Amino acid sequence: MKLRTLTLGLLSASTLAFAAHAESITIATVNNGDMVRMQKLTEDFTKANPDIQLNWVTLEENVLRERVTTDIATKGGQYDVMTIGTYEVPIWAKQSWLLPLDKLGDDYDAKDIIPAIAGGLSVDGKLYAAPFYGESSFVMYRKDLMDKAGLKMPDAPTWDFIKQAADKMTDRANGVNGVCLRGKAGWGENMAFLTAMSNSFGARWFDENWKPQFDQPEWKNTLQFYVDLMKADGPEGASSNGFNENLALFQQGKCGMWIDATVAASFVSDPKNSTVADKVGYALAPDNGLGKRGNWLWAWSLAIPAGTQKADAAEKFVSWATSKHYAELVASKEGWANVPPGTRSSLYANAEYQKAAPFAKMTLDSINAADPTHPTVKPVPYVGVQFVAIPEFQGLGTTVGQLFSAALAGQSSVDDALKQAQDAATAAMTEGGYIK
Amino acid sequence: MARSVTTRHKTIATVAAWIVALLIFFPILYTIITSFKSEQEAIQGFSIIPSGTFESYTEVQAQSGYFKFFFNSVLLSVGSTILALLVAIPAAWSMAFSPTKRTKDILMWMLSTKMMPAVAVLFPIYLIFRDTGLLDSRIGLMIMLMLINLPIVVWMLYTYFREIPGEILEAARMDGASLWNEIVYVLTPMAVPGIASTMLLNIILAWNEAFWTIRLTTTEAAPLTAFISSFSSPQGLFWAKLSAASTLAIAPILIMGWFSQKQLVRGLTFGAVK
Repeated sequence: MKLRTLTLGLLSASTLAFAAHAESITIATVNNGDMVRMQKLTEDFTKANPDIQLNWVTLEENVLRERVTTDIATKGGQYDVMTIGTYEVPIWAKQSWLLPLDKLGDDYDAKDIIPAIAGGLSVDGKLYAAPFYGESSFVMYRKDLMDKAGLKMPDAPTWDFIKQAADKMTDRANGVNGVCLRGKAGWGENMAFLTAMSNSFGARWFDENWKPQFDQPEWKNTLQFYVDLMKADGPEGASSNGFNENLALFQQGKCGMWIDATVAASFVSDPKNSTVADKVGYALAPDNGLGKRGNWLWAWSLAIPAGTQKADAAEKFVSWATSKHYAELVASKEGWANVPPGTRSSLYANAEYQKAAPFAKMTLDSINAADPTHPTVKPVPYVGVQFVAIPEFQGLGTTVGQLFSAALAGQSSVDDALKQAQDAATAAMTEGGYIK
Repeated sequence: MARSVTTRHKTIATVAAWIVALLIFFPILYTIITSFKSEQEAIQGFSIIPSGTFESYTEVQAQSGYFKFFFNSVLLSVGSTILALLVAIPAAWSMAFSPTKRTKDILMWMLSTKMMPAVAVLFPIYLIFRDTGLLDSRIGLMIMLMLINLPIVVWMLYTYFREIPGEILEAARMDGASLWNEIVYVLTPMAVPGIASTMLLNIILAWNEAFWTIRLTTTEAAPLTAFISSFSSPQGLFWAKLSAASTLAIAPILIMGWFSQKQLVRGLTFGAVK
């Protein structure tokens, strides 16, 4: 009798436990402000979906990329949702590593996603990652210093104007550098900036036959202009400066202009952290009159790996995190200025957002000005504005970034850096089978 | 005269030792100092006087619970050390007291496994862990940490055991001690200083191991190395938060090292002047 009671009790308990057991999904992400905010607001999701529990794994960007690549390539199944960029999506989707997002829900309104962003995250018309926040790049400048220099920043400046303004604004005795640009080596650091800049000079990484183009005059013009500009008007030790270092310099009032990610606008205009918050103006990335501007296109996006066993729960989460409802949730809790930017057209049509984010229009115009399928003046065989969406680019981009960073630091000449870049790219393309 | 020269030499040696010690310790000290700065202060440039804010600690604790990672670090470092000692003591015993022609080669081969970059075996190990269901498991990581530190543990114990006269073990055998009794009741008590310092060193190595502990874990088994890694941000200032996370991660092992430094030094220099 006792045994039967015990058995029945155990069976009931285990049944109840099973019923109450929530499906847990693991989300891999980076430690950006918007991502951290999302983690804090997930109660809204779990309340509506009590059967889904969320586990977060936050990693350094490069470690995340490596971990996610290992897991996805071996079908480890450790992650159900992962944060990836515009670079990975087309490569991984083509390798069938990602699930297409075709069950995001009736009220998701996928057509509201900004076309340029959606295009970068789609393969053969199917969306493989939902953008969490998107960005382009533009010019952030000090209005007071521009006035002092007797200049007026046009909405769409040229590189010559940037050089002229930088020369006039540089005041090293008072710690002001005319311009701050990325110099730290890395495919996502200086090469993101320089590749986008080179597009406006008419340069390209490869011709239609995948032959590297660093031996062409367009690249020489790009790199020489960049090195000369930075030597004359850039901060000391610029070859070590990436996004974060330049952000700190600009916030401390040490840069007249900073050309970088549009997402930086919310940082530099935040009076809590920026000493120049009320003095910042915005303009489109510069051009050289060739029809292309030096702005990039990027989106941190949520994707579902093909190896997941919990695709439905994962897609529910992706739908929630990238929905209009989420934007409204952030606005209600933390204000419109903190809504993740650059993903939905409706956000830019919202009067409250426009009021809270004076850089909204310029951000949208910058995003719309980037075309990943036709990034530069001449035709190219690749997709990507500030990167080349091929697996070899991470390694090659960083190698070339090191060479260009050395040229900026004065350790090598522009000509030597370009020659070595040409050799490295030729070797990588030959090894990869692109050049027969 | 001779005494004053000796005193002067001693003073110079002491000052030199302090300078070297400070140089070695400075990166850790600066990390601790930075953890008490605001993000703006942290990136402004070199300064050893922080504003003394605790905001980074508050934010770090609010963003990720420290204690779960701490508990995993303790479990993994202590567990892997116990496992390593269980395997290494018999192995070192046999090599020290019953050496063969190949003993030296085996020891060298064991050490050579440490010369290979870990990333070279990332995929095979990841696949083994995946197929055996050990990904993100504490037991899997314990075995991994035990295996990667085993060559050092065996080598250290082998060196200590070689210092123990074989005659004592022979005497125990003549008194009828079994192999088990010989290792447990005769050898181990005599080698306690060596075993203790090996244990301490292995705990430190396991605590600080960052390649495998980050790559083979996700949520359940992630230790403090993963905790630190989560505070690096591609877009946004993070030096103060990262320093606070690092300080929290190294504090326990630093305190343990401080209290056991005599044992560690004694063990590490054991037999050094023979």
